[in-house]
Amino acid sequence: MRDVAVIGVGMNKWGELWNDSHRTIWTDAALKAIEDAGVDRVDSMYVGCMSGGLFVGQEHLGAMLADQLGMGPIPGTRVESACASGGLAFRLAYMEVASGMSDIVLASGVEKMTDVDGAAATYALSTAADQEYECFHGITFPGLYAMMARVHMSRYGTTQKQLAEVAAKNHANGSLNPNAQFPMKVTAEQVMNSPAVADPLRLLDCSPITDGAAAAILVPLDKVKEFTKNTPVRIAASAHATDTMALHDRGDIAAIESTARAAEKAYAQAGIGPKDLSFCEVHDCFTISEIMAIEALGLVEKGQGGAAAESGLTALSGKMPVNPSGGLKSKGHPVGATGVAQVYEIVNQLRGNSDKRQIKDAHWALAQNMGGTGASSLVHIFERLS
Amino acid sequence: MIGSPRSWREKPQRYRYEAGKCSGCSKIFFPPRLVCDACGSKTFETQVLAQTGVVETFTIIEVAPSGFTDEAPYAVGIIKLDDGVKVTAQIADCKPEELKLGDKVRLEFRKVTEDGASGILHYGYKFVLA
Amino acid sequence: MDVGIVGYGAYVPRHRIKVEEIAKVWGADAPTYKKGLMLGEKSVPSPDQDVITMSVEAARHALTRSGIDANKIGAIYIGSESHPYAVKPSGTIVADAIGATPNIHCADMEFACKAGTEGMFVAMSLVKAGEMDYALGIGADTSQGAPGDALEYSAAAGAAAFIMGKEKVLAVCEHTHAHMTDTPDFWRREYQHYPRHAGRFTGEPAYFDHVVPCGRGLLEKSGTTPKDFQWAVFHQPNGKFPMRAGKKLGFSTEQMKQGWLAPILGNTYSGSSPMGLSAVLDVAKPGDRIFMVSYGSGSGSDGFIFRVTDEIAKVQKAAPQTREQLEDNPIYIDYGTYAKYRGKIRMLED
Ligand SMILES: [Zn+2]
Repeated sequence: MRDVAVIGVGMNKWGELWNDSHRTIWTDAALKAIEDAGVDRVDSMYVGCMSGGLFVGQEHLGAMLADQLGMGPIPGTRVESACASGGLAFRLAYMEVASGMSDIVLASGVEKMTDVDGAAATYALSTAADQEYECFHGITFPGLYAMMARVHMSRYGTTQKQLAEVAAKNHANGSLNPNAQFPMKVTAEQVMNSPAVADPLRLLDCSPITDGAAAAILVPLDKVKEFTKNTPVRIAASAHATDTMALHDRGDIAAIESTARAAEKAYAQAGIGPKDLSFCEVHDCFTISEIMAIEALGLVEKGQGGAAAESGLTALSGKMPVNPSGGLKSKGHPVGATGVAQVYEIVNQLRGNSDKRQIKDAHWALAQNMGGTGASSLVHIFERLS
Repeated sequence: MIGSPRSWREKPQRYRYEAGKCSGCSKIFFPPRLVCDACGSKTFETQVLAQTGVVETFTIIEVAPSGFTDEAPYAVGIIKLDDGVKVTAQIADCKPEELKLGDKVRLEFRKVTEDGASGILHYGYKFVLA
Repeated sequence: MDVGIVGYGAYVPRHRIKVEEIAKVWGADAPTYKKGLMLGEKSVPSPDQDVITMSVEAARHALTRSGIDANKIGAIYIGSESHPYAVKPSGTIVADAIGATPNIHCADMEFACKAGTEGMFVAMSLVKAGEMDYALGIGADTSQGAPGDALEYSAAAGAAAFIMGKEKVLAVCEHTHAHMTDTPDFWRREYQHYPRHAGRFTGEPAYFDHVVPCGRGLLEKSGTTPKDFQWAVFHQPNGKFPMRAGKKLGFSTEQMKQGWLAPILGNTYSGSSPMGLSAVLDVAKPGDRIFMVSYGSGSGSDGFIFRVTDEIAKVQKAAPQTREQLEDNPIYIDYGTYAKYRGKIRMLED
């Protein structure tokens, strides 16, 4: 296995991109990553996309997007793992470079979600849960996470205000991110007073419906100098784990066990522990998700996730900043792109390119991306090289 | 739109609550599976689920998916049945503000959803406060 | 051979709407319906309840009381004027849900409000003929009254199920009688959402001229008089008609009041007199005789005389009782919710 580095990243301004199609959004991000890396070719590419079929009626994305990129004959692979599709595409690109099979591999993710109405988008997202034994009964994704939240609140005393503080913190970070879909600041009170979606979760506890894409270029660490003058970011660990598909089959429904398992493997690979991290990008599809994710990653004790945002621990200026990009909550959540956009943020932070939201002297960073209610999780750890 | 084949195939579970009990370790799977994740056994016998249980967690769906909008707000919960099996289902006929964790519930046969105005009707289990 | 009911069960939805709530919307006079027709409130099915779901629940209660295996049931007949499908049987779904398939005969019946007793009648006849050991007859409806129409005050939802058999009979059917003529007092044409009725014509020439002669025929045939009965149950399109028909035949309020559910239940159409019968069976004592006459528009009446046996005491509390379901924990809804639940609001089409 070869050491692998990221030498270029690209993404676009996310949001409701009425003028842009699935293919143009993706191609734009991919071209930006190629330009950022300064490479003149790509040997293979991976596209994370949850549901081209349901959102835009388009599958066979590996071939279609390779064609759009003007890289015609290269292998193009579409990867799907619900909201973790991007993270998984990144991992497969990593594996292809690490294995020695290819030298320059594009990892990317895209979702164009606003060509369908809210009901159709809700349906498409719901396919990440068990259709016959969860969705059949009228549960939604906010509903599934709300059921996790209720147990977390009841067992650990997590409060509605603590949930809201996660949203307030991520919007504050997102207000410093020019690519964020919702860069406005919100207060915890505004979150708590927003309309109920699935009790106890309210509208501002939920990440939005977003169009967007992100991409990264991966190369073998020992060949970086052949391809670019950029400072490379080393991929120190890549781990993936799954859990039961249906939330009700879990032993503990107030924990993301797949993230805990992936994190355990990732820390071992990287040879570090949670205390060594400078910051994290985690999958805050809902406010409760960030709380459970930071517990699973060992950033806080189990049950202590609720207090983290409230106390300022996870703020940009805190001891363990979480989601400096604004997270899914403020930056947006084009499902297939999310996992790659986390890498975009981390690479820019480790290169010192994050302007007003720059975390000083960041060295180790972690990305956690999950699918469904945590039936799959990807954890990647990155290291700045000087 | 679920359609006839998908709906019809699930009848033993949705109409009669038939689970698979592992012949090796007695773990109960709902719906039945082909291999036991606890002991690796591939033989199962049919066992009907317990029809009473407690509310392990729940939510009140305010923004409902298509097929459910005329019932919103409605409660969906994870019910831990008396045999230990957990299922996700609606908790019908309850005032959302009165529902609590640990509430005792029993199963009732209800229409769960339908394929629009002209498609087939999908029946199955919901729970009501016991 | 004694043939009769070996298991029975009823199901009442929890939602209710009061007569005043409906009258308020249409500017109607609530006392006319309350005192005149003796209707106070009615049951309303929630959007997830229909003839099939209520029939399954009632049938499961009947199975519990009978103590028999569902696969011993040879036939299932569901009488209703609100089968959820215009084409596709309700009976197969109910049979599959209770575990009575595939060796079973199935038919959905329709005869306005009489379809329930029709199912009971045929089920009992097949057992009597020796064609099968057990047969299930169900009366269930989630009837609709047009908005603002007099029927809107009464059209209710409920179900009752009766397993007929010849072993461990709870109530032996001693006599039956039927009385039919063509009398168009109430109908619903194909593809119409709401039924129509012929106003006051539904009274004398229709309801009374079938229920009363059917009752007289039954008394004559059996050589009995009203004094031989502890209980009497009649079809209940409202609270007033059954009491008047019963009095005409010589029955007292005392004999009728246990099965007289309309004032707090409304008219459950095919479920009406069968649910009344279930409420009587809940309290009847061994040796009691029950007199029952149904009515269905169009028009006809089925009459039954049941004699309650010693078996009854063992099963009365084995499943939820009818009046207990009716009286416990009702959820009162307003007209807007009622209109939403009953599909009376014109929605955006897909
Ligand atoms: Zn086993």
